[in-house]
Amino acid sequence: MSPGDVTRLQIGNDVQIAGARQAVREAAVAAGFSLVEQTKIVTAASELARNTLVHGGGGHMELEVVTISSGKGIRLTFVDSGPGIPDVDTALSDGFTTGSGLGLGLGGARRLVQEFSIDSTPGGGTTVTAVSWARAGQRVPR
Amino acid sequence: MSSESGGERISVLRMGDVLIAAIQQELTDQAALALQQDLTEMAAAGARGVIIDISGVEIVDSFLARILSEIAAATSMLAGRTVVAGMRPSVAITLVEMGLSLRGLHTARSLEGAMTLLGNLRDQAGR
Repeated sequence: MSPGDVTRLQIGNDVQIAGARQAVREAAVAAGFSLVEQTKIVTAASELARNTLVHGGGGHMELEVVTISSGKGIRLTFVDSGPGIPDVDTALSDGFTTGSGLGLGLGGARRLVQEFSIDSTPGGGTTVTAVSWARAGQRVPR
Repeated sequence: MSSESGGERISVLRMGDVLIAAIQQELTDQAALALQQDLTEMAAAGARGVIIDISGVEIVDSFLARILSEIAAATSMLAGRTVVAGMRPSVAITLVEMGLSLRGLHTARSLEGAMTLLGNLRDQAGR
């Protein structure tokens, strides 16, 4: 995909979670991510896609390659119209779970990317945005 | 059904009293749950060790980590041990950075290392 293009993928079942992982990996390779960087962004995508499915009742992921003067990055946006997150701070804390995982989904995903934000209103759905940059360790202090 | 269309079942081999499952493809949640069920049932029917080769696995997220931990917990109740073999360095780095620890899981760098480890674990258990 070219910079600026936005790919939109439905997240409605576990096969589509796997499809989202594959799409993010291909974009990360194309954007010049190192192997560890690829693994981190794909793992974060997997956590966030599962959140969209399990807690948001399904939704979609937008995948975009972003280019700035110092390099390329990937922006992932997960959108659902589920019940929303009443307390985002609590949801980000380790061990917090309302589902079947280890309670590390959101907090874990946040630690794997460079930029992370959650926009959620109770009853109004949730939008999670995550951005990672290629070769970030060499350029941007974390 | 998503589980039918997306989840190829992981085959489990039995070598003596050791069960071996090698995950070589992209694993859907349903396929991971099916593997958990298969390994637990086969371990209940008699196995001293379970080896899960994840050298072909590109990412381990918190869902798969939980499945692996639960397989280990179930087999240990059934007098067996689970060894996870061949984790890629990039996967290990990512798990640590996420804050995930694979509690109760033994790990080995290769299938051969896992077989050796199971032999050692069995010797210890016998003493």
